[in-house]
Amino acid sequence: MNPSSHDETGNAPVKRRHFGVSLVWIVPIVAVLVGISLVIHSKMQEGPTIVLNFKTGSGLTANKTEVKYRNVVIGHVTDVALSNDQKNVNATVKLSKQAEGFTREDSKFWVVRPRIGAGGVSGIDTLLSGDYIGADIGESNARAKHFTGLENPPPITYGEPGKRFTLHTQDLGSLDIGSPVYYRKIPVGQVVAYALDADGKGVNIEVFINAPNDAFVTDNTRFWNASGIDLDIGANGFSVKTESLSTLLVGGIAFRAPDYNPNDTAAAEDKTFDLFADQQTALAPPAGQAQYMVLRFDQAMRGLKVDAPVEFRGVEIGKVVSVNLDFDAEKRSFPVNVGIVIYPQRLGRAHTNLLKALNHTTEDENGAAQILSTFVDNGFRAQARSGNLLTGQLYIALDFFPKVPKVAFDASARPIVLPTIPGSLELLQEQLQAMVEKINKLPVERIASNLDGNLVELRKGLTQFNSKTLPGVQSTLLDVSKTLQSASSTLAEDSPQREQLTQTLDELGRMSRSLRELSDYLGRHPESLIRGRPEGVAPIDMKGPPRN
Amino acid sequence: MKRPPTAAELNLCLCHSCGLACDMTDEPHQCPRCDAPLHRRKTNSLARTWAYMFAALAFYVPANLLPVMNTTMLGNGSDSTIMSGVLEFWEHGAWDIALIIFIASIAVPGVKFVALSLLLITVQRDSLWARKERSKLFRFVELIGYWSMLDVLVVALVAALVKFQALGDIEPRPGILFFGLVVVFTMLSAMSFDPRLIWDHSAHQEAVDEEVMDEPIQS
Repeated sequence: MNPSSHDETGNAPVKRRHFGVSLVWIVPIVAVLVGISLVIHSKMQEGPTIVLNFKTGSGLTANKTEVKYRNVVIGHVTDVALSNDQKNVNATVKLSKQAEGFTREDSKFWVVRPRIGAGGVSGIDTLLSGDYIGADIGESNARAKHFTGLENPPPITYGEPGKRFTLHTQDLGSLDIGSPVYYRKIPVGQVVAYALDADGKGVNIEVFINAPNDAFVTDNTRFWNASGIDLDIGANGFSVKTESLSTLLVGGIAFRAPDYNPNDTAAAEDKTFDLFADQQTALAPPAGQAQYMVLRFDQAMRGLKVDAPVEFRGVEIGKVVSVNLDFDAEKRSFPVNVGIVIYPQRLGRAHTNLLKALNHTTEDENGAAQILSTFVDNGFRAQARSGNLLTGQLYIALDFFPKVPKVAFDASARPIVLPTIPGSLELLQEQLQAMVEKINKLPVERIASNLDGNLVELRKGLTQFNSKTLPGVQSTLLDVSKTLQSASSTLAEDSPQREQLTQTLDELGRMSRSLRELSDYLGRHPESLIRGRPEGVAPIDMKGPPRN
Repeated sequence: MKRPPTAAELNLCLCHSCGLACDMTDEPHQCPRCDAPLHRRKTNSLARTWAYMFAALAFYVPANLLPVMNTTMLGNGSDSTIMSGVLEFWEHGAWDIALIIFIASIAVPGVKFVALSLLLITVQRDSLWARKERSKLFRFVELIGYWSMLDVLVVALVAALVKFQALGDIEPRPGILFFGLVVVFTMLSAMSFDPRLIWDHSAHQEAVDEEVMDEPIQS
């Protein structure tokens, strides 16, 4: 640096502050450093940018709408625009650094709006504050940039303690997402999802049971649809059963294990259960493996419906699954093919004992056919019986009929074809029919003409009788009258014959009395027959009448 | 050449604190009356002006990019930067307010940067161009310096007043701090500039100072 121009005195200039650069430059350097640190900080804080795809942009405002998880802001919408095909709305969301986990592929996003749904009212706070985007973190390891926003908030948040189970049923009924799941009438979970089977033949309902009540779902637990009212009119009167008032409106599912189930363990997550139609069928003993059989009936099967019971000795062991007409080319007839399923386990102890006695296992279908073969030989038949005379409902009864004629049973045929006999009512009908036919065959006209001729003859005879026989009868009657008159005079009060008769009767009385006395005496003194009458013994009539 | 001699010609200098004309040939440069240090010109003027201006420029970026204010109405909060506030007012038809904010917050600092740079560069190049106008420009820069704090004051006032809990709440954001720093540093920069430097060479064109202008004279 230049020395000062005023150094004439020769004094060395005071070199106190002569750095190459002035210290004041520290200020802008610090300012730039602060700026750089801000940039670095914001870069580090900057989270990923994702795009959410919604059906509508209602409630979404760029730079205003927030993304919240557990009511903590984790990002905000930076842009709302139509998608390329103009069918959806793409909301660009800038997540914060800590919310990086929300880019997991299975994370969920939805718009929180005021909602009135099955499970109640939600999102009231957004009435004032405006909508926001709710988020739920996923658990997948794959990351994604584009997400499809849900139309409805997911019923449970990720990481909530509890278990999911899948219920399989024929139709959804009145269930919906959010429908409650009850255990002993206490809501312990809810329906979280439902979907059709892959083949469309059933519905899989996913339920979530909150901890700690998920422990009550055991391997033996039965689930049933608790929707609606269960009306029961029985011998005990009229009863209404319903799980709760809300299930009337929104449907619901209840579950319980049967009362007696030893060695029961808590069910594993994602286990699949059947969803029964009602509590009664749910808690019935397990049906076990079904055995399909075919019955061929030659008579009309009016009143036999699918689901009609199949009973063996009054115990319901199966049901009718199909009723179809068939054509028999040989007999030129239309038999009815009735398909039934039988649950051998419903036979209970009979089944186990039978298996034990015959050394068969449950899965052995040939063995079952063999057993049936012997049964058929002993008169085992199926019969359609009338369950209700008023409505004509039929059910299938399996039973032994020892007197039926033997039929051939093909034990190797699949499905097993059980021989049938006509139903009791049909039997009666047939017998009546036969009787009527026999009556029809009688020669009624010939009988009538013969009878007519006989009657003519009879009339002729009667005329003859009137003209010839009757006068003779009259004279005879007169003679009889005369005879009776003479007899009456003989028996008159003052006739000598009568008097003699009276005397004779008196004699007879006396005689009988003396005989009685004699017998009395002899009764008392039998020795007198040998020794004669002892002295001093007066005859009885002298001593007065005997005391009996 | 009818003018009286300048202080530099006579090697005199006024004491800053007591106003005594001192002889600059004395060493050290100190007021013999009040012992205050004597400077002919503001110390290190050009370097300080440049440095403060660069610092202000460095803060000008975050001041405009970072949000200055957070407005929460009914639980729905939003950050706003200075420019977004201007745009918002403009879009809502309040173009006058938008204009005021724009001038006070964005235009004025910008004008200051341009003006100071112009002054510094011309002084460093010993330019003789429009010296009176440049002096006026400098006075203007000093004048508008205070008004730049308008924004900071507005935010401070509003943030203190609007505290209605859930209904509405306004909170300052870091941007306003940087904005305040920008204003402070531009003011410092303007204060560090010595307008006499504009005229220094005109007076002694034939006797050019050997000093380089950004050199300290001596302290």
